[in-house]
Amino acid sequence: MTDRQDDVDNQAESGISRRDLLRSGVAGAVGLAAGAGALTASNPGEAQPRLTGAGDAHSPELAGTKGDVDLSVFDPTAFLKDFDYGNVSTLPSGQTQREYQMVAVDREIEVAPGVYFAAWTYNGTVPGPSIRCTEGDHLKVTFTNAGSHPHTIHFHGIHAAGMDGVFEIVQPGESFVYEFDAAPMGFHLYHCHALPLKRHVHKGLYGAFIVDPPEGRPEANEMMMLMNGFDTNFDGDNEVYAVNTVAFHYQRHPIEIEQGELVRVYLGNTTEFDLLNSFHLHGNFFRLYRTGTDLERYEWTDTLMLCQGERAVLEFTYDFPGQFMFHAHQSEFAELGWMGIFDVKPRTVV
Amino acid sequence: MNHRDSEGDNAVETVSASTTYASDDRPAQSAPSEVTEHRTGQGRLSLAAKGVLPLLLLAGLLVVFGQVGPIGVFRAAFPPIEELTFERIAFPQAGLIRVHLVNGGPEPVTVAQVIVDDAYWEHTVTPDRDVGRLENIVVEIPYPWVDGDPVAISIVSSTGVTFAEEVDVATLSPQVNRSYIVTFALLGVYVGVIPVFLGLLWLPFLAGVSTRWVDFFLSLTVGLLLFIGVDALEGAFSLTGRVASAFQGVGLIVLGVVGTPLIIHALSRVGRRGADVTPLGLSTLIAVGIGLHNLGEGLAIGSSYAVGEVALGTSLVFGFLLHNTTEGLGIVAPLARSRPSMGMLAVLGLIAGVPTILGTWIGGFSYSPTASVLFLAIGAGAIVQVVTVLARSMKSHERDGLMGPLNAAGVVVGLIVMYATGLFVAA
Repeated sequence: MTDRQDDVDNQAESGISRRDLLRSGVAGAVGLAAGAGALTASNPGEAQPRLTGAGDAHSPELAGTKGDVDLSVFDPTAFLKDFDYGNVSTLPSGQTQREYQMVAVDREIEVAPGVYFAAWTYNGTVPGPSIRCTEGDHLKVTFTNAGSHPHTIHFHGIHAAGMDGVFEIVQPGESFVYEFDAAPMGFHLYHCHALPLKRHVHKGLYGAFIVDPPEGRPEANEMMMLMNGFDTNFDGDNEVYAVNTVAFHYQRHPIEIEQGELVRVYLGNTTEFDLLNSFHLHGNFFRLYRTGTDLERYEWTDTLMLCQGERAVLEFTYDFPGQFMFHAHQSEFAELGWMGIFDVKPRTVV
Repeated sequence: MNHRDSEGDNAVETVSASTTYASDDRPAQSAPSEVTEHRTGQGRLSLAAKGVLPLLLLAGLLVVFGQVGPIGVFRAAFPPIEELTFERIAFPQAGLIRVHLVNGGPEPVTVAQVIVDDAYWEHTVTPDRDVGRLENIVVEIPYPWVDGDPVAISIVSSTGVTFAEEVDVATLSPQVNRSYIVTFALLGVYVGVIPVFLGLLWLPFLAGVSTRWVDFFLSLTVGLLLFIGVDALEGAFSLTGRVASAFQGVGLIVLGVVGTPLIIHALSRVGRRGADVTPLGLSTLIAVGIGLHNLGEGLAIGSSYAVGEVALGTSLVFGFLLHNTTEGLGIVAPLARSRPSMGMLAVLGLIAGVPTILGTWIGGFSYSPTASVLFLAIGAGAIVQVVTVLARSMKSHERDGLMGPLNAAGVVVGLIVMYATGLFVAA
């Protein structure tokens, strides 16, 4: 936000400060007037009593965007649990094959109520579909570029160079098939790697790529959270921050979970322009599995910092019912949209 | 235009006179006279038609252009040109910010969200979020602003474009009540009225010096006026960036600077064809010019005060008094050889000084950069007029007028006096 701040400052400098002489001179006049006792109420600041309602403006409901986005177009609540396992078949070798159709399309998306962003998307949404498979599966991803610019899909993971989606630029109207065996287990990303990279990623060409361990993870209420941001005025700074694109969505629509149930959050950072993003959980601590590549807990904490492209698997259980916030611990990001609430429902007695 | 019109009128008069003359010889001349009248009517008609024709064609072209024209060719695909201009940011009470905006751009703008200090915030938009061209809106934000802190406000449009403005020091905005009216009036009195009246007290001194030295002081007045004129212009130009582009800040300046002297000149000529301006008339002109200038000064004072830009510090009022006292000298300089009544002097002082009070009220209660630019330009224009008149009156005493050695020195001294006293104010 620094650039914008500078702009503001420049504007202010060319503004009312028509003459410094006036500013200071007037102050003198005010002082003299007051000193002369000529005023009945010499200090105008005191003449207008402080309003007692000042506290109202601090009310938490006042922070945030106004209104709601059109959820029929994209509903981040549904996106949380929308994992794409692909078209499953078994190869002659007995290996599981998962086929995916990915199409790059230009599309205007609503990133905050009433604020539209001309995005580049995979399959029409930002983030793109959360591709999920098991370690060792054979993946066949048919990518068609229906957008207006050259794109690729670059999958994180271990695969052949020709399947890396970097040098094989797919021109508009063309297709490419990415084929590789899913490895290693963990929580990865995919994103466009056409140049300029920053622009292609920031415009929305990214998504989650989960490779489950062959033995699976303990059963849990799982959800996908990609931290992202949008530079709506193209000044190189984000105006909107969120998890899963829509500012304050999970504050307006708290995520319902149950007291005592295991919750697993796949948390990734696909924010551009800012080096870091973070996640802070209220009223609780979580088990951290960095990149999800290991089933051993890495740390037990309540705040996690991720660099651009970094991701982690978080596991936690709420002991108390009620509303608990989760948000970036960079207050600026939080107040520009990266803010949500877990609504912990009391345990249902069986 | 005027010249043309009067020529046309004369032509008609001539023709109708001849017709009257002809109608004396009734029967024989009736037919030709009809022809003449007919021709005259036709002449006027065709003249009017000649004037209107381009306008009609223009209107037709606009209609055709709007219906089938290649407007698409001129329109870039993305992003649309949007513009919202901040007219005023007020802090009417604790926990509330009120923002006045105008759409001065070519396209309608839809207000989607509001960011205060890098946080999206609750707000209301009156009358409507969809802001048409040249329409005004008021955005009210229940934000717990902190007294004395800066506040940055950003309006986010539906296309994600942001319009930002920062207030350096948030402070309770003046309300229109007795306390503030009195405060602003006193501000005006201290920086505008009192200095001018002090300056008027130079009259007895001026009455005692020789004509050459009276001219010197008149020249000094020219210097003073030029200084504040350029100062006003600088103020106006520096504000143009804050004027909605549709209101053309620079256009307002041209209008004020060129139009004002012409209007004052024309008005001062009404009823006195060719006669020289009397000393009292000259003084009145100077008082009006200075008054307009002080109006602009008052606007700046009031608005600075309203937005909390007035730094605390009492000693600098002396610099201000010194700076503005010279304005009084300018007013009485032409009266050195007259014996004006005390009442007349008081009126002159009020003409020059009281606008400061008006300015502080307008600036403090309803500041608008657009109005300020116009007022400042009018002030500068008035000074152009006064300087012209002074220079001409001086020519009647000395052949070289302002360019005589003593008078030229006077101008320079005037400039230096303003600069030097300004140093105190700016300190």
